[in-house]
Amino acid sequence: MSVQFNEKQLTEFNRLVARYPEGKQKSALLPVLHLAQESFGGWLSAESMDYVAELLRIEPIEVYEVATFYSMYNLQPVGKYLFEVCQTGPCMLRGSDDIIAYIGEKLNIKPGQTTEDGMFTLKTVECLGACGYAPMMQLGKHYREHLTKEKVDAIIEECRNNAAVNN
Amino acid sequence: MTIYIDNKPYEAKAGKNLLEACLAAGINLPYFCWHPSLGSVGACRQCAVKVFKDEKDTQGRLVMSCMEGVRDGVRIGVEEATAKAFREQVIEWMMTNHPHDCPVCDEGGSCHLQDMTVMTGHDYRRYHYKKRTYKNQYLGPLINHEMNRCIQCYRCVRYYHDYAGGDDLNVFAAHNHVYFGRDKDGVLQSPFSGNLAEVCPTGVFTDKTLKEHYTRKWDLTMAPSVCTHCSVGCNITAGERYGKLRCVVNRYNEEVNGYFLCDRGRFGYEFVNSENRVTQPLIRGRMSEAVSEEELMHELSVLLSQQKLVGIGSARASLESNFALRQLVGAGNFYAGISETEAYLTRLIVQVMQEGTLHSASLKDIEQADAVIVLGEDVWNTAPMMALAVRQAAMKTAANNAAAQLSLPAWHDAAIKELVQTDKGFLANITVAGSPIDNIAQVTVHAVPDDIARLGFAVAHELSNTLPALANADEKLLQTARQIAAALQQSKHPVIVSGLSCVNSAVIRAAFDIAAALNNTHWKASVAYVLPECNSMGLALMQAPSAERIFDSSNANDMTALILENDLYRYLPQATADAFFSRCSNVIALDSIHNNTTEKAQVLIPAATFAEADGSMVNYEGRTQHYYKVFIPKEGHIKESFHWLNSMRIAKNNRSNGHGLSLDELLHEAEIEMPVFEGVHDAMLSPHYSIHGEHIPREPHRYSGRTAMYANLNVSEQKPLQEEGESAFGFTMEGFKGQPPADAAPFFWSPGWNSGQSVTKYQQEPGGAFKGHIPAVQLFHDKVDKAPVFFKDIPEAFVARKQKWLVLPQYHVLASGELSSYTKALASLLPEACVVLSETDAALLGVRDGDKIRVHPGTTALPVKVHLSLANGVVLISAGLPGTEVYNWGDWVKIEKE
Ligand code: SF4
Ligand code: SF4
Ligand code: FES
Ligand code: FES
Repeated sequence: MSVQFNEKQLTEFNRLVARYPEGKQKSALLPVLHLAQESFGGWLSAESMDYVAELLRIEPIEVYEVATFYSMYNLQPVGKYLFEVCQTGPCMLRGSDDIIAYIGEKLNIKPGQTTEDGMFTLKTVECLGACGYAPMMQLGKHYREHLTKEKVDAIIEECRNNAAVNN
Repeated sequence: MTIYIDNKPYEAKAGKNLLEACLAAGINLPYFCWHPSLGSVGACRQCAVKVFKDEKDTQGRLVMSCMEGVRDGVRIGVEEATAKAFREQVIEWMMTNHPHDCPVCDEGGSCHLQDMTVMTGHDYRRYHYKKRTYKNQYLGPLINHEMNRCIQCYRCVRYYHDYAGGDDLNVFAAHNHVYFGRDKDGVLQSPFSGNLAEVCPTGVFTDKTLKEHYTRKWDLTMAPSVCTHCSVGCNITAGERYGKLRCVVNRYNEEVNGYFLCDRGRFGYEFVNSENRVTQPLIRGRMSEAVSEEELMHELSVLLSQQKLVGIGSARASLESNFALRQLVGAGNFYAGISETEAYLTRLIVQVMQEGTLHSASLKDIEQADAVIVLGEDVWNTAPMMALAVRQAAMKTAANNAAAQLSLPAWHDAAIKELVQTDKGFLANITVAGSPIDNIAQVTVHAVPDDIARLGFAVAHELSNTLPALANADEKLLQTARQIAAALQQSKHPVIVSGLSCVNSAVIRAAFDIAAALNNTHWKASVAYVLPECNSMGLALMQAPSAERIFDSSNANDMTALILENDLYRYLPQATADAFFSRCSNVIALDSIHNNTTEKAQVLIPAATFAEADGSMVNYEGRTQHYYKVFIPKEGHIKESFHWLNSMRIAKNNRSNGHGLSLDELLHEAEIEMPVFEGVHDAMLSPHYSIHGEHIPREPHRYSGRTAMYANLNVSEQKPLQEEGESAFGFTMEGFKGQPPADAAPFFWSPGWNSGQSVTKYQQEPGGAFKGHIPAVQLFHDKVDKAPVFFKDIPEAFVARKQKWLVLPQYHVLASGELSSYTKALASLLPEACVVLSETDAALLGVRDGDKIRVHPGTTALPVKVHLSLANGVVLISAGLPGTEVYNWGDWVKIEKE
């Protein structure tokens, strides 16, 4: 994937930058990184980050420090389905360790890894603000809550089916 | 106001936080992320205390002492059980991943983390899991990186990025894998990177040059000293072991360098250990050139009785040595070893400073200025720490404004940064070729010196219309002048910075006129004029004519020249220096390092470096500072120049004894001979000083190996070094065990505080003046009632000449010339010498980047560097780098394509 926004993405980029006062284009960094992640295969390569730096007229190091801070940015390629399992206190007390271990076992990957078929990535993240529904994870734009092993099985099944249908 | 700490009343200063108040009260409260120069962010949670509502409140609430201000009557508990337990827990968390590798860590023995761990009482490790580990980075030859030791206090980025303005060190990632480093391996770009080693409370960032000959702090012999690499005169502590200088660290001075040093000053010490040292008196042209001191003296007494004896003083030698030379050869035969241009410009500065109508600005004055105008000086390269002070002025003004808006306390760094965002105080940086502080300046101008002076005079006119206006000035210049004048009028304590680097007297006069126009009846405006060398001001105050003036005398032939610590080839164009030597029938040189001048000497005498000498220097502001010898070199012939010169004086005058020639007697003599130096001896701790009859030890009481360290040479213990004559200091760990006077402390240490942060124990309050502080010996005095006499002599606008270029020096921040480049690590960072030309001029000459050209009368061809904002008609040539040639700076030269 070449690292360059297409016209539509550029329009979106300009809209994001225009939200902030003149000369403060760096403020748009977070949404622009999301846009870049979405546009360039679901993760941020060094190349994509340098591209963002260039667009925002800031130093690459200023992009790296931000991108490495948030668990929402993927700094390695990810699978089609990204399981972002919360591991912060409340979820942990409610058994997130077991959930993480179960997913890992089931897909034969460790946190941070992707299945060989490029289908699933398992990632641990910090509190997603849904502690009341712990343990939980984020899948795409949705939260999956009160996780149990059975629910995990169902989710994996669901993803596989979706993938089969969409191809 | 009164505060209660553990139920005891203490006096506290308003506007401070509780941590500062506790430390000022002498209480041991552990902390990491707070730093007196960086303020508080509350990141480490180590400084927790309890705050109680009133006497009856037993519950209290836990607060971070660095994040809460003092209030009158506030009651806090430091020793309170929950607070203590909390602090112990915090350090335990921090230490979970710490590698506990103190025995192999360079920080060990001067480590804030060790001190704080012991202070909190955390002594048993309960965490027995795997520790997280990091990959370390290569950060260049000066700073070593060992990330595993990090405790996430964020001081490094806050210093490097926020304080010093470096943009290549940052923090990455989050929670237990935060990483402090660069985006990739590579040399740290800031010339203030060395301070990381002292700012980081652990062994993540350490001095890599020390690693080459590592010694623990407790094994060093140390003395209070002064940096000799530029005219700022930052205070340093230098340490020796086994006859080699091992390292230089910051020595706090509230008014000069505060807690920091530049890299030239910190790392430029290796020349002391150089292979190229002069260690033995030589008389050239003999069968055996090395001679005994007796033979030397015999030879010298013959040479010194010659008719035409001249002495060449040095801007990098001490006041004492220069004075001793002057006394030896006679005031009329004493010349300054600098060019006539430099002598003329320094004389001008001395003249305006002695008038006393302006205040001479210390670095602290600059830091506290609310508007700074840099007029013509390349301050980043010529006086690095002054550039850092200028940066603080711009940052602090914005911070003070923001703080005033919400009545935030000055220490609340996190809140203030949030409020300030990118605002800066007013800075106009007006230079020939720009500098890194351009990017924090509201006004940047790149112009030729005459036009810089014109802009200066235009500003002065805007400030006071009794001063002349510029004839036929262009509108853009006038607009800039108005903008600067408006900012100055609004400021309450502006500082004007100027100096010698653009080699133009009109610039110096314009800087004076601006400052003088700002004066009013209540206060004096401040100026700072940067000079070329560490003791340029001291030499200038002796009012000696320049070495070039020797040629004025018609019988300047067959001279016997005595040259003091000075390579004339670094101050004079080669042809001039050659001409000088051709008129000398005898050359006697005193120096520490072999150079082109020592090559010419028939008699060469080994001189001590700053580390082996006592002496006084006068910095750019007229502040006299004294440095003390760290050690006596084993090569027994190396002595302070003034010692040699005194012996010569005795020999010459057939005086049978050395009475009147000890260091302090020499200074007294100088004070009598030259009243400008009145008071200089007060800068020095009297050699007769003692505490309860005891010396101040140069070695920590833990100094090890004394009885055995030279066992390879002789199994009996060596006799400790002994000073000739009296001294307040001793060379061993014996002597007074308490705190020495802070101004002359050989090193900072206090029970429980082994790192440099023990300096707090010597201060009246953190970041404040020393306890029992002796006022600086300032040779320029503000004269309150005196009205300034303006110069008003505006030069014509610069006109480029056909086929000729105005030649100016381009200095480099890491090179003060020959001395700092003897540190291999620094030398490896120096760029290749080059010739800088404007784009148009390069095109005119038909040259591009990298093409070689020759600038007459220089002899070597240098590569071209095209500069986009340099004015036409000017050429900049690298100066001070090893092997660079000296021009008649400020003169017109021809250029030839190779
Ligand atoms: S590297 Fe040092 S200064 Fe930086 S956060 Fe870690 S311990 Fe603090
Ligand atoms: S070179 Fe100058 S600025 Fe740097 S430490 Fe030495 S005296 Fe200070
Ligand atoms: S702890 Fe998991 S969502 Fe808050
Ligand atoms: S020193 Fe107070 S929180 Fe770090």
